[in-house]
Amino acid sequence: MPLTNEQIILRLKEKFGDQLFEIDTPYGMLTFSVSKDLNLKVLQFLYDDTELRFQFLTDICAVHYPDRKDEELAVVYHLHNLVDNIRIRFKVYTNIQSPDVFTATNLYESANWMERETFDFYGINFVGHPNLKRILNVEEMDYFPMRKEFPLEDQTRTDKDDEMFGRGGTHDFGNTRDERIHGTLIEKNK
Amino acid sequence: MARPVRFNNTEKLIEEPEGYMGEGFMATSFDKVIGLARKNSLWPLPFATSCCGIEFMATMGSHYDLSRFGAERLGFSPRQCDLLMVMGTIAKKMGPILRQVYLQMAEPRWVMAVGACASSGGIFDTYSVLQGIDQVIPVDVYVPGCPPRPEAIIDGFMQIQNLVGQESLRRRNSERYTELLASYSIQ
Repeated sequence: MPLTNEQIILRLKEKFGDQLFEIDTPYGMLTFSVSKDLNLKVLQFLYDDTELRFQFLTDICAVHYPDRKDEELAVVYHLHNLVDNIRIRFKVYTNIQSPDVFTATNLYESANWMERETFDFYGINFVGHPNLKRILNVEEMDYFPMRKEFPLEDQTRTDKDDEMFGRGGTHDFGNTRDERIHGTLIEKNK
Repeated sequence: MARPVRFNNTEKLIEEPEGYMGEGFMATSFDKVIGLARKNSLWPLPFATSCCGIEFMATMGSHYDLSRFGAERLGFSPRQCDLLMVMGTIAKKMGPILRQVYLQMAEPRWVMAVGACASSGGIFDTYSVLQGIDQVIPVDVYVPGCPPRPEAIIDGFMQIQNLVGQESLRRRNSERYTELLASYSIQ
């Protein structure tokens, strides 16, 4: 009989009990969260368990939730059981002041580049990673561009008029309009 | 009655430069002769990174045929080429490489920025994309469009030809040119 989400969650609860939270199956994909100290234990268990056999790491990425106090950054692991063809994902949360998460490179070689990418864009510090440096962005970049406090647009430009791009005279990334400003706002006055 | 098959008898010949001519000789200035030779034998170096490059392929193909303008021969080594055609989005990480390709070209060299991305970053107003290649190398002609049609690329090419044909032989030694290159920290 093929593996089901219910069996997976039962097996995980046997092992980790109440340490699992936010268990849900959005669009049929089992999703749960654990504390960040447990990420390697969960990965290892999912890998070794003869029933679960999640032995393929599809993706590691991160999410920035600016509103969640002390758990602003989430690292998401996507795993695939190639035998039963079933996928799961789980998240660990970390605060943004010291975003230290243990590296999965000892278990999965493929985690090397994925963690570098996650570091590159979100600044997650993967503790124990053999070569944690930027992989996609220019090396001189001094911030983590996918964090929400940084606007998407290139900040080095002075000759583009934001008004022409539908984002002039606004605050909070265009969510609220500045009542004091009517018409076009030139770049240097922003 | 006209013949059913027409031969191409409307070929346009290049106009000869101004000069003094007699039987078996012609006297004119080096500027004009060399300009004429250069502008009709440009070797383009295609630096194609995205959709503008596809339009360029059409431009090089038989239908539009850039060869008609003397650019028959694309070079794929910057050391051989006169005209750098940058077609497509240049990411910031690619900026130093583009600059190096430019530096490897021998003088005189010209640069054409084809399409919105190469000219200004285009729709990619984002942290990872160079907002116009003129931030790293000097550009002679900008071709607008997203992507530009082959006609527009040919028009840009003819603008380059104009520049090449009229350029003084001393231009590359001028103080102004040195200053321009110095503003890009090129010696």
